[in-house]
Amino acid sequence: MTDESFDQVDGVEPRLKQLASRVVHKPWIWAYLTAALTFGATMIVSGGSGAASLLYAAFTFASFAAIVGVGQMFVITLGPGNVDLSIPAAMTLAATLSLKFMGGDASLILPGVIIALVIGLMCGVFNFALILLLRIPPIIATLSSSFLFQSLAIWSNRGLRIKPPDPLADFATGGTLSIPNVALVGFLVALLGWFVLERTIAGRWILAIGQNTRAAMLSGVPLNGVRFAVYTGSAVLAAFAGFLLANFSGGANLNMGAEYMLMSIAVVVIGGTSIAGGRSNIPGIWGASLFMFLVVSMLNSYGLGAGVRLVLTGLIIVLVVAFASKRSKAI
Amino acid sequence: MSGDRLRILLPVVSLAVLLASVFYLQPRAMSYFGLNLLFNLAVPLALATVAQMMIMMVNDIDLSIGTFVSFCACVTATFVHDAPLVGYSILALSVGVYALLGAVIHLRGLPAIVVTLGMSFVWGGLAVLILPSPGGAPPDWLRALMTMKPPLAPLAVIAPVIIALVGHQLIKKSALGVLLRGVGGNERAMERAGWSVWQLKATAYALAGLFGVMAGMALVGLTTSADANIALRYTLLSIAGVILGGGEFTGGRVSPVGAVIGALTLTLAASFLSFLRLSPDWQIGAQGAILILVLAVRLLFSRRERAA
Repeated sequence: MTDESFDQVDGVEPRLKQLASRVVHKPWIWAYLTAALTFGATMIVSGGSGAASLLYAAFTFASFAAIVGVGQMFVITLGPGNVDLSIPAAMTLAATLSLKFMGGDASLILPGVIIALVIGLMCGVFNFALILLLRIPPIIATLSSSFLFQSLAIWSNRGLRIKPPDPLADFATGGTLSIPNVALVGFLVALLGWFVLERTIAGRWILAIGQNTRAAMLSGVPLNGVRFAVYTGSAVLAAFAGFLLANFSGGANLNMGAEYMLMSIAVVVIGGTSIAGGRSNIPGIWGASLFMFLVVSMLNSYGLGAGVRLVLTGLIIVLVVAFASKRSKAI
Repeated sequence: MSGDRLRILLPVVSLAVLLASVFYLQPRAMSYFGLNLLFNLAVPLALATVAQMMIMMVNDIDLSIGTFVSFCACVTATFVHDAPLVGYSILALSVGVYALLGAVIHLRGLPAIVVTLGMSFVWGGLAVLILPSPGGAPPDWLRALMTMKPPLAPLAVIAPVIIALVGHQLIKKSALGVLLRGVGGNERAMERAGWSVWQLKATAYALAGLFGVMAGMALVGLTTSADANIALRYTLLSIAGVILGGGEFTGGRVSPVGAVIGALTLTLAASFLSFLRLSPDWQIGAQGAILILVLAVRLLFSRRERAA
């Protein structure tokens, strides 16, 4: 707090330094750097074998995290208190209901996708309705609605595991030109997110709200419209990721989304988006998603047990965040 | 003062309404034994909720409290039982880690939500290392304490009252409590007034760690064994409990009594459904629905408060 105010007082020289550091250190560079480092560290142990298959797996699994990450990033950009905790539940609900509807029938794929997306849309609308009508902090709104979504998924699923239609399963597990299909989808989503953020007025509005909600409102930004779009967008992306994940893993199950609550927040923050809002970064999300997968596989390749692996993953996340935060403070 | 009273009234009323409907559905619950069964598992949750409240008091949020309570439960069921000295040292050390986290989060300006998210991996991993498969046993004194049958009211009622009173004294009445809430209210003003904010934040986190440790111990005392995933749900439930009890995310507006009542309400919400003979599928959903309902009513209250 005090450091910042002193920086402002000091004037020209630190400002030049700030400019320099801004040019040299793109915020997303660290995510890719650490991802590359972990990749290298894994390769040292394996003696370079399996590099291609590790990359293939990394891009596959990172794409699910990246898709939900893009949605979460827009939410977090809105400013403090804005986090979507209903992502895992929306993923599970959309996947469960759409797979149940398709029932393995290949002719129902298109309506199946639409159902998944519509469920995401409804989850998002519900979230936003709670935020707007009850004026409760988004964390609590999305938390309480996630309880409802989860119950709905449990009720409709009843422990059944319905297989996805074969063409869909083949698509989700397959690849094109030795790039996983889901990764291609993930790139498209990231590209779309980047376009919205950087090239549209809506993107500017989202950033403006995150930087100073009151100023944004006074300058005519449609606050509620933007928030509505951001929360439904996040839920739709979560539903879509859940749909893809269920098709990839051969069916929906009730805790399939569980790890994505943490993952979606972690990839956003490690990717260089400020948790305080108003500063977003799309490329970093992919870097951080790759990093998160590569860390786990690196620790796996060292033959460590589940416990040690978890501890190290946690410590690495905390360290990366500590490092990244220092950087964002300097800028 | 009257605002504070009004703020605590709603949680009390919602708990009373829920309790009344449970009694209506199942009159046999209205007994020493019945109450004990209803609120048994509320004791560890109430402690975890107070822990979460300590963090929310300084404008942060702890997404690792569930895994931390699980970790403490695992330590209690193994080390504290087999080698008490080592066990208690580990628990004391983990409180120290919490204090350290609070200090580091403040000094380096880190986002608490992400740091605690990372820590949830750490605690979860340590819990798996300590207790790879469910098991262990509580120390004898703990089991005796948690199964104690005091006269007049069951332990499951007395314990939350004690927790609420201790929390109230600590946070609402003591000088330290005022300082801690001040950090949540206006960190900058506290700093200008000459207080060391990082020390206060470390204190708040240490208190959270302490209550988390107690939650883990209470849980093992009740369930007689532990596993690494025993309390994962506490993370979200504790946040919900604080909010249900009239707490806010920012501004140091928290209430220990409210937090305990919030935890009791959430515990009761789960059993309410089983008394309604509804499918257990809806248990989690019912907790969500009750949360939404209470918040909706609270909106009406706060409107009136503003109008008055």
